[in-house]
Parts: sequence; C-alpha cells; structure tokens
Amino acid sequence: MTTLAQKIIANACKKSDVAPGEVVVCKVDLAMIHDSGGPRRVKPILEKLNRKVWDAEKVVVVTDHYVPIESEETRAIHELTKKWVLNQDIQNFYDQQGICHVVVPEKGHLKPGMFCVGGDSHSPTGGAFGAYMFGIGATEMAGVLATGEIWLKVPKTIFIKWKGKLNNLVTAKDMMLATCRKIGMGGGQYQAIQYIGEAIYDLSVQDRMTLSNMAAELGAQAGLIAPDDKTIDYIKSSGGLVPENWKSFRLDEPTSDASVNEFDASTLAPQIAAPHSPENSENADEFANTVFDVAYIGACTGAKYVDLAAAASVLKGRKIASGISLKVAPASLKDEKQALEDGILEILQNAGAEFLPNSCGICAGYGKDRLAEGQVCLSSTARNFQGRMGAPTSEVYLASPYTVAASAVVGKMTDPRKLMVN
Amino acid sequence: MSRLSLFEETINTDVLAPGFYMKSPLAELSQHCLEAVRPEFASKVKKGDVLLAGDNMGVGSSREQAAEVLKFLGISCIIAKSFAGIFYRNAINLGLPAFLLPKDSQLPKEFVDGSSVVFDFENSILFLEGSGIQINLDPLPAFLQELINDGGLVPHLEKRFDEK
Repeated sequence: MTTLAQKIIANACKKSDVAPGEVVVCKVDLAMIHDSGGPRRVKPILEKLNRKVWDAEKVVVVTDHYVPIESEETRAIHELTKKWVLNQDIQNFYDQQGICHVVVPEKGHLKPGMFCVGGDSHSPTGGAFGAYMFGIGATEMAGVLATGEIWLKVPKTIFIKWKGKLNNLVTAKDMMLATCRKIGMGGGQYQAIQYIGEAIYDLSVQDRMTLSNMAAELGAQAGLIAPDDKTIDYIKSSGGLVPENWKSFRLDEPTSDASVNEFDASTLAPQIAAPHSPENSENADEFANTVFDVAYIGACTGAKYVDLAAAASVLKGRKIASGISLKVAPASLKDEKQALEDGILEILQNAGAEFLPNSCGICAGYGKDRLAEGQVCLSSTARNFQGRMGAPTSEVYLASPYTVAASAVVGKMTDPRKLMVN
Repeated sequence: MSRLSLFEETINTDVLAPGFYMKSPLAELSQHCLEAVRPEFASKVKKGDVLLAGDNMGVGSSREQAAEVLKFLGISCIIAKSFAGIFYRNAINLGLPAFLLPKDSQLPKEFVDGSSVVFDFENSILFLEGSGIQINLDPLPAFLQELINDGGLVPHLEKRFDEK
C-alpha cells in the first residue's frame, strides 16, 4: 500500500513506486519564491551557472517580506525583484498582494498531486491542497531553477488523526498548538505528516492551510491533507484547473506500519503557547490573567479570511481594553477585500484595531512595527522563538484569532469561551 | 587546532540570522548571529572552530543565511544531536559539513564550551586535544560527501554543466 506522499513522489521521479529512505531525484511542478529569499539570492547564482529559470511557467514570485517599502535597502530589493522577473519572462508575479503561502493557492496554482518547492519554511501549506510542497533555502532553490529537479529522501508518513468534532470557538490553530505539545518541534523528524480524521475534513480549506503550514513547526518536510470536494471547490473558485484524476490522490488510510498520533477534537480547549516555542502550549485557562501589550492578528497562519472573521465574531460590538494595542495585518489583499465587503474590517476597526499591510510583517520581525524591548505579544501567528518578532527581550504567546481577540477585550489572556458566555 | 562552541539548547534560525538584519549584507548580519542567546559569540568565534549543538539544530525558517553566517564567521563544521531538515540541506548546499552524533550516544563530559579540538574530516572524528578522548561521528552519505567535496551545490552544478 502506498501513501499520498509516496504516490506524488513516485510520479515526480517517474517510478512506479518508491519506498521510505530511498533517495530519488524529482521533477518540480512549481517553484515559489519571495522577495527575501528569492531573486536577490538566486540571481547571482544563476548568473554564475549561466542559466535562466528552467521553465518560467512553473515559477511563481511573490513580494511579501519587504512590504511596505520603507527604506533605500528595501526599495533596492524590490527593484531587483521586478527587473529579474521581467528578465526571466516570469508571468506569475504577485507584487505586494499578500503572503506567498496564501496568494499562491488563491491564484489557483496548487492542485492535488503536484510536487512543489517554496523558498520559505512554511511552504508545507501547499499540502492542504493535496500537493507535496516543502521549503528549501536559496542556494538549493537556485539549483531547482537551473535544473527543474531536486533530490529527496523518500519520507515515511506520520499520521496525525483528529477524531470527533471541534467545540465552538476552538480552531485549527488550537489543534496545532496541542499537536506541537504532544509530539514536539522535532516530532515530524523531517518526514511527511498527513492529517486525517473527521475533524480535519470538517475544516474549511483555509483552516486546513493552518495545519499544513505548521507542519513546519513539527519539523516535518510536508504536511499533507488528502483532497476532497472542499479542496476541489476552492481550486475551481480560485480559477485553477482541477486534474481529472484528482480522486486518485484521495489516499488517507494509514499503512500497517505507520505511526498514528490520535487526538480527540471534542475535548480540545482553546490553547495558548508560552514563549519561546509553539510546543509550550496549555489550555488557555492556564494563562488566565497573564498581561500583554500587543494583540496581533497576522501572518499566513493567523490572518486569512477565516481568521479575520473569527476575530470579528468576538469583537462585534466590543472594544479592546485600554493599554492593549490590536494590530491586524490581513494575509492577502483578496482576503482583505472580502473582509471589507462583508463588514468584518469595520467591526475590527470599531473595536480599536490598527491595520497593517498584507505582508509577513511583525511575524517575521521585519519592518518598523516589530516588537520593542520587553513587549509582550499575544499573536495568532505560527512561531514564537526568542527575538523572532522583534527585540530579544520581547515575548510572544501564540493563540487562535478567537483567543487573541477575546484577550484584547478583557485586557488579559483568557479562554474566549469565558467572554462569549456573557 | 580549533575551539569548540558548545550549545546544549536548541538553536533556531531566528537567533542565528535575526529577521531585522536579513536585509543587510552578510558581514553585518553575521555580527548579530546568536546575539539573543550568546551576545559574545560573533566576536569570539575564530576560523576553523567547530560548533556542537543539541537537538533540532537550525529549526525554523528556510533562510540559508542561518548556516551561511556560521560559515562566514569561520565555523568549519557543525555537529548536532539532530538537525532540522531544511537547515541541514542548506548547510551541505553551502559546503558547510554537518554531522550527526551517533544515535543514543552521550557526549563525553570532557567536551565543554571552549575546549580545544581537532576535527578529522576524512574519518569523521572529533578529537579533544591532548586527551585521547574522541567522538566517532556518522559519516555523510556518499552523495552528500560529493557535494561537500565539490565545495557545495553551486560548484557541484558548475562541474555538472561543464561536463555536458
């Protein structure tokens, strides 16, 4: 029996089947790069190799890290990026339209069965579409752009099974923080993780992206979810062409020797992860009354349309507490526009939110809004390493958009269900 | 002779290459390497030094500057209990050898931060200078050794394209 990961990899290396541990060379269907690790890093290498990109149609470039342009240095990075894209005849260029992991699928680029690489550690997000997608560094990306190939040690698949149904105000982010605690940041062992079970398929596609994205936080190479009708509807509505054989990638039975980590969604409470690791998570109640300065709804895992809507459902008719600043950076322009149309942005604004550009922003410690010395942030993002979001003495707690919004209203960390009862 | 930089804790990419300095040239970024956890690291490290780390070395971002700054500062090889996958690939691609401690082995307590060490690349052995104490490391798989021998992925590809 083969796993979804093995099937995709076997196709990509043109073999009938592959076994875990085998080293293979795969053809890449799509390579995604952004302004930080992309053109400014790969251009000198491709010049040295005297090569252009192997197939311009298979390359997607997104500017999302140095957004907004706020210095000479970042302007130069943008200029270089634009020139390089033109010079390489790359049509798939999304300039300042949001974070790559959200923009690439919303433009219809990802489909079940694809084998993809991204120049960013959160590239496993593509797994939510049944694609095998993983993050690589810039030199390795230059190698892919020059050759269209990459080597890979065929992973075993580690299954994360969530049975049951989530309770109200409990989300994919809570599932992930609990998973990080249970199996640890090295628990993915650079293998493929596949999320299965009723609670996974109940999630919207954008919520599934949060799970696949944070496979990176488990140290996995990829974070797959078998495609279903929801996946296909999302791809069609994004203008993507769905492959006729997509159902052949609907593989989610664990192999007999596979490790399966089981969780029960019905007993899961909202989670908060303490500094400086996502695995430092506990039930949000355990952090009740912990004070903080900044509430951040941002990043590819924490500010998609579903996340903005979740925050708004808490903040409707409420105001954030004095002393707290609520910053919202919608993950993409498209999601921001949709949130505007649906009245979500107005709710956030009336509650006291300040809006930031559609970019990685504070989550990656880029730009002027990064955390100052000693600031404490409760954040809907994916990663809370020391100093990541700003000064080395700043502290970041991770939680779902519901929990961040409710805590901003209370002025202290709280289980959102406490606020929403009233 | 090299000096050993020993880290017991997990070292992530945000402390190796802090986001705020990612727009800066490598020389400047390097000066901030590990400053959040060991502020004196960048100024003290010398060419040829060996970095020995704990579990999940280089966890986090795909930014290869996390490995590149270590190479720039003079680190000649990285040894760890375990590596984060992307960091490991990046180090090898940049021509910076990365070795795993043998599974379930304990680091002899004589190896401390600042120890004088000699690394035998040919046989993958780390010697504690003048003590007779050594750690035998798992050798690199052959195809990764080839990348290291060529000086990293770029020279390796140059060679491959030249041969065509």
